[in-house]
Amino acid sequence: MSQDLTRLTAAQLADGMRAGEYTSTDVTRAHLDRIEATDDVIGSFISVTPDVALATAADVDRRRAAGEDLHPFAGVPVSLKDVVVTAGIRTTAGSKMLEDWVPPYDATVYTKIKAAGLPVLGKTNMDEFAMGSTTEHSAFGPTRNPWDTTTVPGGSSGGAASSAAAFQAPLAVGTDTGGSVRQPAAFTGTVGVKPTYGSVSRYGIVAMASSLDQVGPLGRTVADAAALHQLMAGHDQRDSTSLSDGVPDFLAAVEAGARDGSLQGKRLGTIRELSADDYDEGVRAAFVSALELARKAGAEVVEVDMPSLRYALDAYYLIMPSEASSNLARYDGMRFGLRAEPETGPVTAETVMSTTRAAGFGAEVKRRILLGTYALSAGYYDAYYGSAQKVRTLVQRDLAAAFEKADVLVSPTAPTTALPFGVENDDDPMALYLGDAATIPANLAGIPGMSLPAGLANGMPVGFQLLAPAREDARLYEVGSAIEALVTDAAGAPLWAGVPTDYAAESATTSA
Amino acid sequence: MADAAAITAGQVEHLAELARIAMTSEELEKTAGDLNEILANVARVAEVATDDVPATSHPIPLTNVLRDDVVGSPLTAEQALSGAPASEDGKFLVPQILGED
Amino acid sequence: MKYEDAVATYDPALGIEVHVELGTATKMFDDAPNTFGGSANENTTPTSLGLPGALPVVNRMAIEYAIRIGLALGCQIAESCRFARKNYFYPDLAKNFQTSQADEPIAFDGSIDVELEDGTIVPVAIERAHMEEDAGKNTHVGGASGRIHGADHSLVDYNRAGVPLVEIVTHPITGVGDRAPEVAAAYVRTLRDIFRALGVSEARMEQGNVRADINVSLRKDADAPLGTRTETKNVNSFRSIDRAVRYEIARQAEILDQGGAIVQETRHFHESDGSTSSGRPKSDADDYRYFPEPDLVPVAPSRDWVEEIRAGLPELPAARRRRLLDDWGISELEIRDIINAGLLDPVEATVVAGATPDAARKWWMGEIARVAKQREVEADGLATPANVAELQQLIDDGKLNDKLARKVLAGVVEGRGTPSQVMEADGLQIVEDTGALEAAVDEAIAANPDVVEKIRGGKMQAVGALMGPIMKATRGQADAGTAREMILARING
Repeated sequence: MSQDLTRLTAAQLADGMRAGEYTSTDVTRAHLDRIEATDDVIGSFISVTPDVALATAADVDRRRAAGEDLHPFAGVPVSLKDVVVTAGIRTTAGSKMLEDWVPPYDATVYTKIKAAGLPVLGKTNMDEFAMGSTTEHSAFGPTRNPWDTTTVPGGSSGGAASSAAAFQAPLAVGTDTGGSVRQPAAFTGTVGVKPTYGSVSRYGIVAMASSLDQVGPLGRTVADAAALHQLMAGHDQRDSTSLSDGVPDFLAAVEAGARDGSLQGKRLGTIRELSADDYDEGVRAAFVSALELARKAGAEVVEVDMPSLRYALDAYYLIMPSEASSNLARYDGMRFGLRAEPETGPVTAETVMSTTRAAGFGAEVKRRILLGTYALSAGYYDAYYGSAQKVRTLVQRDLAAAFEKADVLVSPTAPTTALPFGVENDDDPMALYLGDAATIPANLAGIPGMSLPAGLANGMPVGFQLLAPAREDARLYEVGSAIEALVTDAAGAPLWAGVPTDYAAESATTSA
Repeated sequence: MADAAAITAGQVEHLAELARIAMTSEELEKTAGDLNEILANVARVAEVATDDVPATSHPIPLTNVLRDDVVGSPLTAEQALSGAPASEDGKFLVPQILGED
Repeated sequence: MKYEDAVATYDPALGIEVHVELGTATKMFDDAPNTFGGSANENTTPTSLGLPGALPVVNRMAIEYAIRIGLALGCQIAESCRFARKNYFYPDLAKNFQTSQADEPIAFDGSIDVELEDGTIVPVAIERAHMEEDAGKNTHVGGASGRIHGADHSLVDYNRAGVPLVEIVTHPITGVGDRAPEVAAAYVRTLRDIFRALGVSEARMEQGNVRADINVSLRKDADAPLGTRTETKNVNSFRSIDRAVRYEIARQAEILDQGGAIVQETRHFHESDGSTSSGRPKSDADDYRYFPEPDLVPVAPSRDWVEEIRAGLPELPAARRRRLLDDWGISELEIRDIINAGLLDPVEATVVAGATPDAARKWWMGEIARVAKQREVEADGLATPANVAELQQLIDDGKLNDKLARKVLAGVVEGRGTPSQVMEADGLQIVEDTGALEAAVDEAIAANPDVVEKIRGGKMQAVGALMGPIMKATRGQADAGTAREMILARING
């Protein structure tokens, strides 16, 4: 095979398999080989599952040969963030607590992916229980950014993003609680989407903050992200917060956006409160130039107000740990996962729980659990959790007003490009929290958001974020695909095509 | 609220008990510092959370998502116990329980 | 201190929390079977086991049952209510939080009349009825008598985890004085009867379907603020409730008399001697950090649905009992026995099918209950009300006597058909062939001249001595009245 199948997009792979140019087994093997060759350095995966992937591929190939009606993306491999519960495949959530946990059931997302015939390459690395934005907080070691292996891939879906960027997987499933799909997509030059809350089932997704978590697709193109989203979306009776409306045609939206003139008259709203001062110069420049391309293509750029924005971040850092403190209570060493006994003193259920949680959780997880415990406790609830829920209302009101003036809201996804390892400093717990200002409002309000490449700054990818009203995910795909085409045309090639692909030489230089 | 009394290591100790996390005194001290710093920022939410603003607990408002009372496929006992750190007689074995109900 | 002295000095106040397990097919938030017995941990799903990633979905039938209960207790039904998480760690609590309702109960502000044995009516104000899930079950291993203290370890079965519960909380019950123990027991008994009538639970106290937590406090007089209360947990029979309240009142009075203060705490009741003992004090550890359950959306029962449920409510026990007492003319004690035996439904159906209340009661509470007990089965599964009514009709028609009727009933219980069919098949009908009876009578007279002499001499009760041989000769199928008439005619005629 002369062609490197790992360089193709999911859409191209699907077409090629349908045309009989290669089989799913060829495609799956190519990606497994790529993982084998690169993952020692990149570290996208906590678990690689070649047997599972090849069995699915063989089954798809057999069914295709037999002329069966297959899902359009059948045979295209995918990676799963290690929060997706997979029966028979260990699911760790990046935590020592679940290091050896092999679940007895499947997440709905995994059920759908299996039903569509997508070979699962493995489970990707992440910040422990999705708490973090660098993937450094994994019990299984860091993941490196393929654009510069001395930098982080972002997080918490860092393994998912790097698996897509490093050609280890054409598609990757992540989760986004405050930007955990969009920010790593921005850092790795990929496309990541946080769907409308309830668009994709959360059943079988290891929870961090229930009212904020949402499963999202990552890929190297807007079309690939749309395809994966399409496949995962839909009502699930096992998730009470799952939307029951029909799933819009995201791929049609991508096609509509790719047509000439699709941006004509589209109103792109910039957010006054996310001012230029908050961004690195290179990030701002790349964002502005992509926005300028859109304006030249007929889009109207308007400015909108979001007075609640400064409070949104505060509200997020109360709601998220509060819900997490409760969701993570179940990790106590009684029914599954790690059990640790105290070295001294009596061995009782109480002491074993406390010792297990001390041993199994990392520092960031403990910090958030204690913060959430405090925010919910008697006497503080109204001031903290209660107030935060009111801020949520204000954020929704601001966004509703903003969407009166604009079809989508736009901003850089993150204030910087990917940061070196170790920048997140334990002595300054607020530092990295502040990096989430642009992404968090979408989670508080339940609206969809996308990050797609805007260009490069000092050789590193910059993310361009789009936000749309709830249930208008298709709008992201339409506008996103238009901007993607403009940025690609201006650069002469897709951004992702420029990512370094040989990491062996660099591995020695990183010490994280 | 931003100038609410600082959290002490003693309070963190109580929180750690509520959250069932064993912590050393160093960890308690450090966590107290971290929480104070975070709370100094996030306590601002109370400034705008006035009485006339309703709380939002769910981002997308839905009601009455109810399930029919029909038995599905439960886990087998073997599946249920598959991840148990210890089991006996088809039950989860846990250390002696001192606190009582 | 003696109870009598305690209630002479202090005014007791009660607060009662009753948990009832709903008899739905599945659990509160997942589709695992809601059944007991069987092997441990076979009725769980990832949700009731609290596995990572599992999510709850509310059981519609559980909501309907809760609304039924709310309506039967005269409550208002919430326009909208949310579930909340009650956070605390305990090994039988799979998620280490209980999904419950905090300040948004599905039903609130109700009242029921509790009738005491002497007919006194005590109104009890209901604060709320809210929904929640049950926990798993711990078995303590290694200690004495399976109690928690001294056990080496515990074994947990999560079959019960997630079973739907409704918790009914009263406002303080005051002004009942020395009748407090009786009121407490009668209140729980009244609820138990309501649950059964509503069909929302089997409501078997001994199985733990209904569990009561009893709060007791004392004050000097009715104008004083309520005193510090204790909560005696999980008192599981009416008699125990009575005893627990009695004990707590005497215990608290003694402490107060000696100038002591009551500690707010949970207490445990001991069947063996009727005492209570200190559990754990209420403390900071009770900071449950309630917050709205983000994985569930609000339940907003439409007014149409509520009215539909109201229209479908059965006659409630108090009303039914009053009606049947009037209609049947039986005693309070008799009807209470029938209710306690769980046989009011078949007895009433038997009356509807044509039997007299006395006859219906006699069969169900007598022979059928006896056979049921012997076989360790439910009495109402042995025969139908129609069977029993028919059986009684055969007696009234003179076709069967009591002894034959019991034989016929045995055949019915064995599933051999209706009473008429069994009677025919076994030839059990009373002999109306006077020829055979006359022969038996003649034979008996001839064989017992001494008895005949006595009868001639006016000792009419001696007739009985001839009945044995006659019945024996006719294999019990003779009608005793006819035989007696025949004897007298022969001897005196």
